[in-house]
Amino acid sequence: MRTVAVVGASLAGLSAARSLRKQGYDGRLVVIGDEPHRPYDRPPLSKEFLAGTVGEAELVLEMDDEDLGAEWLLGVRATGLDRTDRAVQLADGREVRADGIVIATGAAARTLPGSEGLAGVHVLRTLDDARALREELAGGGRLVVIGGGFVGAEVASTAYALGLDVTVVEAAPTPLAGPLGETMGAIVSGLHADHGVRLLCGVGVKGLSGERRVDAVLLEDGRSVPADIVVVGVGARPCVEWLEGSGVELDNGVKCGADGRTSLAGVVAVGDCANWYDPRAGAHRRVEHWTGARERPDAAIATLLSWGATEPGVPRPPYFWSDQYGVKIQFAGHAAGADSVTIEEGTADERNVLAVYRRAGEPVAALGMNQPRLFTRWRKQLARTTS
Amino acid sequence: MMIPACPLADLPRGEAFRLEIDPPVTVFHTEDGELFAIDDTCTHQDASLADGWVEDCWVECPLHASKFNLKTGEVDAPPAKLPVRTHEVVVDNGMVYVKVSTAAPNLPHCVARKLAGSVT
Ligand SMILES: Cc1cc2nc3c(=O)[nH]c(=O)nc-3n(C[C@H](O)[C@H](O)[C@H](O)COP(=O)(O)OP(=O)(O)OC[C@H]3O[C@@H](n4cnc5c(N)ncnc54)[C@H](O)[C@@H]3O)c2cc1C
Ligand code: FES
Repeated sequence: MRTVAVVGASLAGLSAARSLRKQGYDGRLVVIGDEPHRPYDRPPLSKEFLAGTVGEAELVLEMDDEDLGAEWLLGVRATGLDRTDRAVQLADGREVRADGIVIATGAAARTLPGSEGLAGVHVLRTLDDARALREELAGGGRLVVIGGGFVGAEVASTAYALGLDVTVVEAAPTPLAGPLGETMGAIVSGLHADHGVRLLCGVGVKGLSGERRVDAVLLEDGRSVPADIVVVGVGARPCVEWLEGSGVELDNGVKCGADGRTSLAGVVAVGDCANWYDPRAGAHRRVEHWTGARERPDAAIATLLSWGATEPGVPRPPYFWSDQYGVKIQFAGHAAGADSVTIEEGTADERNVLAVYRRAGEPVAALGMNQPRLFTRWRKQLARTTS
Repeated sequence: MMIPACPLADLPRGEAFRLEIDPPVTVFHTEDGELFAIDDTCTHQDASLADGWVEDCWVECPLHASKFNLKTGEVDAPPAKLPVRTHEVVVDNGMVYVKVSTAAPNLPHCVARKLAGSVT
């Protein structure tokens, strides 16, 4: 293999580039990213960066003296993949021919149709989004967050700490029920009420009102919630449009095996855009968490360099963390397959629980709120026992 | 400065002991039976490495998965970017002692800021 192209210059792309060098690849390495920035860390964008306690220099994901010997093509979007020529086509007309291709284009924030061009309405995915939102939050006022998922809840928590009047609107009856299940979703989203942040659940958003600038969020039940700033936190979609017609199989992102391989030889996918087969779940899972984007490239690069001659190890169960209202939330495993959840330590009232999810008596997931030590124990145990 | 930590018998393999000094230091007893002491606070944010996941001679931060080498203090990859201080461990008469390094610690910004704030 003489040239490898990594498409997507964020956590998964950078981790893939690192894995290539670590695993002995010494050929040409081209990293393509459509943002103008060097790889930076997204989790602080809804937390410390938005709060103003962490600056842009601290977001940089490369080490000071790190040199991967890569060519960085930044600020240019990949528009296609030509399987016959093995080439990545770029928006400026250039082409990068490569023997190996790593797809790491991540995900993009979903928007509310009809909100384009209305001032005061934000999404939060990129550094540029975060800069713009931070500037607006500094002016204070009434913030309405649409979507009570993790990013929405973190924005609400940060904005509350900054002194804004905050309302969260969630279409589902219980926020976070998808990733955490109903019981734990209710406990974690109880953090909003603990701090006097209004949570309106079980009601959809019909639209936004305002002339040039948003002034209210209109709910499906006829209510109208006044707003000076709106953050739309309704999830993300995998950035895979550029692969349509390329022969890479797409299904909720890039469909890949347990070792990161796609339907095309010499092409692997990693990070938020990749729908990996998870042997623990017995199904494909597109996991939008930091740790997966950081760890999975090791396996995918081993696959790319040997094309199947190495056995993929069983990855650790998916893991993510979130920080809300000063509480450290940690979760590992899959809640979806569980038939019971029990609080093993702490109490829901004190928001310091360690809860274990089980299926037929076997632990399949764990949730911690301010319980890092016990949580790590359970996370280790899950890595050993679930299969 | 030699500080007594705990009796070796109280620190089985795979366990960690956190010494509540300022900044705190943790002694790790690895599965292989080696003893190491490093600063307890991750250099990224305010996490206690005593709560981390130890494998071979690395401890993985319990929050965001940067790994620190117990022997050298070196960090493998961001989000943490700076190494932690390492300290010498001495076992004498069944007691574990830590000889605290005189190098400056690499405390994370949030902790350093808090400390700076408290020194008025
Ligand atoms: C605000 C926020 C907070 C988060 N907090 C947490 C948290 O607390 N804990 C946690 O576990 N996870 C968190 N996450 C998730 C975590 O950041 C992601 O899982 C991680 O960034 C995924 O990395 P990635 O490289 O796969 O994708 P991304 O980070 O999305 O990067 C993909 C890159 O590819 C670029 N790209 C897309 N299409 C193209 C194209 N056609 N050509 C070239 N480049 C392209 C994109 O612009 C982007 O730069 C958070 C995410 C956000 C947005
Ligand atoms: S606190 Fe240790 S890696 Fe973030």
